[in-house]
Amino acid sequence: MKSFQDGLQSISLHVNGVERSLTIEPRVSLLDALRDHLGLQGTKKGCDQGACGACTVLVDGERINSCLTLAIAYQGREIVTIEGLAKSGALHPMQRAFIEHDGFQCGYCTPGQICSAVGMLDEFRKGAPSGVTPLSKENGASSELSDAELRERMSGNLCRCGAYVGIRDAIHEVYGATRS
Amino acid sequence: MNNFTYSSATGTNSALKLFSESPDRNARFLAGGTNLIDLMREGIEQPESIVDITRLPLAEVRELPNGDLRVGAMVRNSHLAANALVRERYPMLSQAILMGASAQLRNMATTGGNLMQRTRCYYFYDGAAACNKRAPGSGCDAMEGFNRIHAILGASPQCIATHPSDMCVALAALDASVNITGPSGERRVAFSDFHRLPGDTPERDTNLEPGELITSIDLPAWSSGLHSTYRKVRDRASYAFALVSVAAALKVEGGIVREIRLALGGVAHKPWRASVAENFLRGKAATADNFAAAAAAELAPAIPRRHNGFKIELAKRTITLVLSELAADEGAMR
Repeated sequence: MKSFQDGLQSISLHVNGVERSLTIEPRVSLLDALRDHLGLQGTKKGCDQGACGACTVLVDGERINSCLTLAIAYQGREIVTIEGLAKSGALHPMQRAFIEHDGFQCGYCTPGQICSAVGMLDEFRKGAPSGVTPLSKENGASSELSDAELRERMSGNLCRCGAYVGIRDAIHEVYGATRS
Repeated sequence: MNNFTYSSATGTNSALKLFSESPDRNARFLAGGTNLIDLMREGIEQPESIVDITRLPLAEVRELPNGDLRVGAMVRNSHLAANALVRERYPMLSQAILMGASAQLRNMATTGGNLMQRTRCYYFYDGAAACNKRAPGSGCDAMEGFNRIHAILGASPQCIATHPSDMCVALAALDASVNITGPSGERRVAFSDFHRLPGDTPERDTNLEPGELITSIDLPAWSSGLHSTYRKVRDRASYAFALVSVAAALKVEGGIVREIRLALGGVAHKPWRASVAENFLRGKAATADNFAAAAAAELAPAIPRRHNGFKIELAKRTITLVLSELAADEGAMR
C-alpha cells in the first residue's frame, strides 16, 4: 500500500487563463480538482461516469467530460470552465441567451450545457460532421444549423428538468447572431 | 478509486518501459480514459500504475504508398470521423464513430482505446453480481437475469456479454489490421483476430498480451464502386449503445453482388463479421429476397436468452434493409 503522503504530487493546471498550482493524488479527476481544490464549483458533478454532461469543460477549445479524466494528465492544456466564459464582467453571449430564453430550470446542468454549446458551435463552424450530417452534403460555415443537427450534437448533455426547448432556442440565437 | 503511480510517456519505447517497471506488471496504459477511468472508479480495474500515453506521437492519419490509410492509435474519435479521406472512402467508419457516445466523449476517446473498451453488461459492472469476466469462475448472473442487451451469437455458457463499440463494427467490415508493439517486438493482427469470443476465458476480451500497445490501425484501400453505410438501432435516437448495428459495403454490377462486407454490432462478444451472409450473397442477384435469405443464414445459429430474442429478427431486418438501400443507391447512380 502506498501511503497517502507518498501519493501526493504537486502539479499545475492552466485554468481560465491563470496558472494554478495544487497538490493532489494522481487519482483526482479534473472535475474534482476544479471543484474541491481550485474552488471552481461552477462545473457540476452529475453522474460522474460520462453519461450526463454536467461536468463539461473546454480543453484547448474542445468540449470534454471532466469526470472521466485524471487532472494530472491535463497539465499544460488550456482549460476553460463556466467561470472563464464571461469577459471583463460581461456575460458570454451563450450565457446571456440561456437567461433570455429560459434555458434552464434548476440550473444544475446549465454550466455543462453552456460549455458544451460553445464547443459545439465551434465544431459546427469548422465543418465537423455529426451522426445526422448527410455524407453528400458536408457542413461548412455557410450551412444552417438545423434542429436535427443541434439535437444530435447536444445529446451528450441531459436536462432532467426538460428545459430543452429553451436550450435549443438559446443556441439557435447565438448561432444566428454570430453567423457571417 | 484506489490510488496508483502515474507516469507520462513521451515515446512508444518509454511507454513499454514504464509499463514493464510496474510492480507485478499491474499497469494500464491511459489514453482517452473514457472507459478506463470509469472502470477504476467502480473498482473493476485496480492498476498499481498508470502509464499516460496521450502524448505519444501517434495522432496522425496518413496515406501509405500502397493506398492504405494508417490511423495512429492516439487519433481521437472526433478527428477520425471528420477526416476528409475517411469521410470519402469509408463512410461507414465515419458514421459508426459519430453514432457512438457523445461529442464530448468522442473528443476524448482514441482509436486504440476504442478497441480496448470493455463490455457494458450490468453484471460485469456490479461488484455484487456473479461475473466470469470480472471474477473468473464466479458464474454469470446475466444468463438468467436481465439480458435484453446481451449476445445472441458466439456466446458461451460462461459469458453472454456484448462488445460495446460502433467503430469496431465498421473496422471489422473494413478488413482493417491492428499494428502492435510490445516487449517481444512488433506484430500485426487482422482485425477479426483482435477481439475474442468468450469461450472458457471470458476475462480476456482481446488477444493483446500484457504490456503490448496498439500503435496504429491500417485501413486497406478499397476497389472503386464499393459503397458503404452504418445503421444503428438503439433505444433512443442518440447517445445509447446499439441493440443491433450493421456495417455494410456493397458493390453491384449488372444486378449481381460482386463484393460485399458485412459486420454486426450489439450481438456478440466481438464485432461480428457476417461471413456466412457474405458468402451466400457473393455472385448472387442483389435482391431483397436474397438479402433476407443471407441474413437468415447468418442468424441461424443465434441463441436467444429470455429478454433478447427480439435481436434475432431485428438483426435480420436491419441487414436486409441496409443492403437493399445500398443496392438501390447503386442503381440510382448508374
